[in-house]
Amino acid sequence: MEAFTFYLTSAVTIVAMIMVISRTNPVHSMMYLVVSSISMAVIFYILGAPFAAALEILVYAGAILVLFVFAIMMLNLGHESVEQERSLLTPGIWTGPSMLSVILLGVLGFIITGESPQSPATSVSPKEVGVALYGPYLLAVELGSMLLMAGLIGAYHLGRPLLKKD
Amino acid sequence: MDQVLLLAGILFSIGLVGVMVRRNILYILLSLEIILNSTGLAFIAAGAHWGQADGQIMFMMLLTLAAAEVSIGLGLILQIHRRYRTLDIDTLRQMRG
Repeated sequence: MEAFTFYLTSAVTIVAMIMVISRTNPVHSMMYLVVSSISMAVIFYILGAPFAAALEILVYAGAILVLFVFAIMMLNLGHESVEQERSLLTPGIWTGPSMLSVILLGVLGFIITGESPQSPATSVSPKEVGVALYGPYLLAVELGSMLLMAGLIGAYHLGRPLLKKD
Repeated sequence: MDQVLLLAGILFSIGLVGVMVRRNILYILLSLEIILNSTGLAFIAAGAHWGQADGQIMFMMLLTLAAAEVSIGLGLILQIHRRYRTLDIDTLRQMRG
């Protein structure tokens, strides 16, 4: 039973990621990338890593995707953007991601309503992750914070407006 | 375990094909995200196989790396678009240095 949900979710993930790299409109790729992030989170949950599943949705589908969407919206400020908005509102574009999401919703309902709520023997609880994170991996946390600080400064530097003499 | 690693390999290959085939620099960044995702899946699978928390901690480090990489990469893309009005990397070949 666990294998069935895993194979179904894997198929959804592969289809969504192939669609991500094969679309020509970046916004369509974004929709498929959201679906692939959610299905990846379902796979993490099936594997017994609920904390990583929550992080995947929060960080990938919540933060990184928003960054991408902001960048795309800043890039498309030309006169063709009106036509593009109109083409985005036609039905039929979002049917693919919607169908994949419905499949994932079915998998989720199957996991929740199953007679044996899926808590595999190898499940690693968030408490264990936290204890290990702030125990032996404390130096890695510090390095991660320094990396984020470097990313912040770099993004601020790169996002400045062009100088006049350029 | 074998199936999960196979899935991670397939997703890595999809991302690699995306990096090599697409000429839009935005899609190259998206494909790099896919590659990082598949690597995280391999870490989670290994951590789940041995029942240790180390896999999830490595995944969190990978998330940090992905967030920093995306912010820098999108800043570079915006700067490239401002200077050259294009995102095609074939027309950006003259960049020397």
